[in-house]
Formats: sequence, C-alpha cells, structure tokens
Amino acid sequence: MAEQNVVRTRGVKKAFDLGKVTVEALRGIDLEIAKGEYISIMGPSGSGKTTLFNVIGGLDKPTEGRVYIDEVDVAQLDAYELAWLRCRKIGYIFQTFNLIPVMTALENITLPMIFAGLSEDDARDKGVELLKSVGLGERVHHKPNELSGGQQQRVAIARAFANDPAIILADEPTGNLDLKTGKEIIGLLKELNKEKGVTIISATHDLKMIDVSDRIFWIRDGKVERIERRADVQLEVGTVEGKQAG
Amino acid sequence: MQEIFDENVFKKGIGRQINLPFLKAVSTAFKNIRVRFGRSFITIGGIFFSLTFLMSTFTNNVIAQSLLASGTDEVKFLLQPMAQEVQARQVWLISLSLLVCIIGIMNAMLTSVTERYREIGTWKCLGALDRFIVELFLLESTFQGLIGSIGGAILGFLFPLFVNIGKYGTQVIEVLPWLEILKYGAITIVIGLVLSIAGAIYPAYRATQMVPADAMRQEM
Ligand SMILES: Nc1ncnc2c1ncn2[C@@H]1O[C@H](COP(=O)(O)OP(=O)(O)OP(=O)(O)O)[C@@H](O)[C@H]1O
Ligand SMILES: [Mg+2]
Repeated sequence: MAEQNVVRTRGVKKAFDLGKVTVEALRGIDLEIAKGEYISIMGPSGSGKTTLFNVIGGLDKPTEGRVYIDEVDVAQLDAYELAWLRCRKIGYIFQTFNLIPVMTALENITLPMIFAGLSEDDARDKGVELLKSVGLGERVHHKPNELSGGQQQRVAIARAFANDPAIILADEPTGNLDLKTGKEIIGLLKELNKEKGVTIISATHDLKMIDVSDRIFWIRDGKVERIERRADVQLEVGTVEGKQAG
Repeated sequence: MQEIFDENVFKKGIGRQINLPFLKAVSTAFKNIRVRFGRSFITIGGIFFSLTFLMSTFTNNVIAQSLLASGTDEVKFLLQPMAQEVQARQVWLISLSLLVCIIGIMNAMLTSVTERYREIGTWKCLGALDRFIVELFLLESTFQGLIGSIGGAILGFLFPLFVNIGKYGTQVIEVLPWLEILKYGAITIVIGLVLSIAGAIYPAYRATQMVPADAMRQEM
C-alpha cells in the first residue's frame, strides 16, 4: 500500500432488489484513483455510473465489496464520521445543481462551512471569495431561481469546494447545460483541479470531458470495460464519437 | 498516514456542529414557511380554527362561571340549566377537533418531506447530521403551530367575549377574571405547540431515513 490512492474499490457490487427481480447495477468494480487526478467515467445510460458514484461518495452502501477513501474503509464509519466525510472530504456536484432553494448563493456556499464549524463571519468571507473565483462576484445575494442554469452550477461548484475537499464527485455536471455553458463549466473544473490539486471524478456522457481528463474509465453493464489515458483516446476521438452516437 | 481521519479532528468538528447549525435550522425553517406561505397558511389555518374553538370554549366557561358567581340574578337564572350536561359534549368535540388538527399537521409535514426528498438528500451530502434534519422539520412545524395557536387564542377570546357582551351586557367585562383568561390563553398556545411538534415527529423521522443517494437521482 505504498501508493497513495485517494479512492480505491475492491470487488464492489450493488444489487437493487425490486421484489421479483434484482437489478445488478454494479458487478465487481476494482479501481484506484490517485490524488490530484481528473477522472471521467463514461458509459451508456444505465451502465451504473450514478450507482458507482453514490457508493464511492458514501451516499449508498455497496451490497458487496469495499470502498476505501484515503485508505479508510467507508463501511467502518459511523453516522457522525460519515457526515464528517461528506462535509469535509468530498464535494458533490449534481446534474440538477441541487442548491437549497430558499437560500441565496452565498448562504448555499457557507452552509457546508458552518457544518464544518467555521464562524459565520469566516464562512461569509470565504464564500464571497469562492463566488468570485467562479465568476459570480456580482450574484452573491441572488436566490437559485434568479440564476441561470450555468450560474447555478457555478454556485454548486463553489459550494462543493467550500471545505477544501480532497475529492470532487460530479455526476453529469454538464447534463442540463447547453454546449457553451457546459464547456465553461468543464474548464472551470479543470482549472480548480490544477490550482487546488483536488481529485475530480466525473460521470458523464459529455465527450468534451475527455479533453481535460487524465484517465477515462469506460463502464458497461456494471463493470469497468477499459481504462484509457487521455493521450490514447485523443487519437480516436472521431471513432469514439461515432460509437457514442449509436 | 491518516491525518484526515484523526480521532481528535472528528471530535472537534462534531462538537462544533451542535450549536451553530441550530441557528441555521431556525432561520431555514422560518424561510421555508415564508416561501411556501400558501401551503403553510392552510396548515396554520387548521391549527388556528381548532384552537379558536378550544379557547372560545375556555372563555365561555370562564365567563359563565364568573357571571354565576357575581352577575345579576336574571343572568344567573339564564345560565343555571346549561352548566352540567354541556361539559361532556364539549370535551368530546374539543378532542375531536384537536385530533383532526394533528392529523392535518402530520399530513402537511409528510407532504413537505416527500416533496423535498432531493433537498433532504442535498443537506445530507453537505454534512448535515440527522438531528439537524429533525430540527429543521420540527422547527418548521413549531413556527406554524405558534402562529396558528396565538391567533387562535386571541380570536378564541375576543369572539365569545363580544357574543357574551351582546347577550348579557357590559357586566361581563366587569366580572371577567383576567388572570384566568390569560392562563387559558397560555394553555391553548402550549396545546397548539405540543400538537405541532407531535404531528411532525413521524414525518421528521421519515426524512432522516431517506438515503442521500436520492439527491443524485435525476428525474425532474
Ligand atoms: N434506486 C434504484 N432502484 C432500482 N434500480 C436502480 C436504482 N438505481 C439504479 N438502478 C438501476 O441500476 C442500473 C444502473 O443505474 P445508474 O443510474 O447507475 O446508471 P447510469 O450509468 O448513471 O445511467 P445514466 O447515464 O442514465 O445516468 C440501471 O439499470 C437502473 O435501473
Ligand atoms: Mg446517472
């Protein structure tokens, strides 16, 4: 265990029991993700990307297998430690933004800091800085419904970075955005990834993601089909695009 | 090296998490009521009417008793026959209206919880403990209960007061034991709060049982 893996999974399986049938969403996932990597998880709809995410992010328990975050087995954590992990170590970004609707942009961002024990004042200062860093310095007191989709996602990104997490988990962060806005969001994530050295794991259908990823995990039917480095993929982006369209 | 999972860091973080977020829960619960005022208004209305009924019964009884004790003979004659058998029916009606009230609260809070599954999941992703989620819903219900029962206590006092003045004249005000009225007003408000909290316990528990993974799901 000399290697410093931020995320490591061993034989992770997840089955959903739907009464008569069980759906095997994950069928044995082994992967290692190093600190500071930008990972894209790609695969067709229903291949298990979101399920894998929830399991890695401590949002759902695997039916079998182990998930290690910083070499700590997530299954061993109690409710408090799990809340701590979600608050401090992992930042979540969702396709649907998931801002708290009754709160302003700034309040949304300060929330995880307040859960982490920062004082209101410190949280506010840091929140304003974060909003500036995602280009929303002017929108501090806007409510989510007064912001465009792209702006909401920027707020969500700022919120995910609030407690300087080690890992950012993003499930189709560009899924509800137009092409241009999606590109901007991807650019922003990459920038923060370089700047802060945070590990980014992003599930996506969005081929624009390939350009910024260090490695791409291709998932099919709940298994990792292949793992590619960016350099290898770029050569065949044309064919990949063809495949995805089908 | 497991610096980030250091035992002490855990304890410190969690110790701090107890106090500050309580204020956050208070302000959030308050905002939730304001934003959803249309809906809250109906719940508050339910509490308001059943507590108006309760308080007006209290007020009527207090007025009747003080008139019997020190009113004019004519009034005593009017009041005498309705004293006893009315009581049993009153208790029955009040219990029924309070029961309906608590079911209304429970129903409204359950709807509120189901409707906000994604928001609850998000709270959990941001590091909220179950107790925060519980606080959020209990406070929301408590605020609703407070508004409804204060309103109910006031109307439940004023309405029967004027009715009685209309029937028996201004002597009603002269014999009125204000302290007694105040006591029943307080009892009414406390009952309103207890109902609101009791009605929200199960819905709040349901909220804590939600899996945060639901926040990730994407049906709109
Ligand atoms: N809560 C659940 N209950 C039952 N089945 C589920 C649940 N969540 C996921 N599944 C099933 O598990 C499989 C994988 O779903 P998942 O959401 O992980 O796919 P995905 O790769 O994220 O798809 P998409 O690209 O459409 O988001 C699917 O067959 C899905 O029907
Ligand atoms: Mg998905």
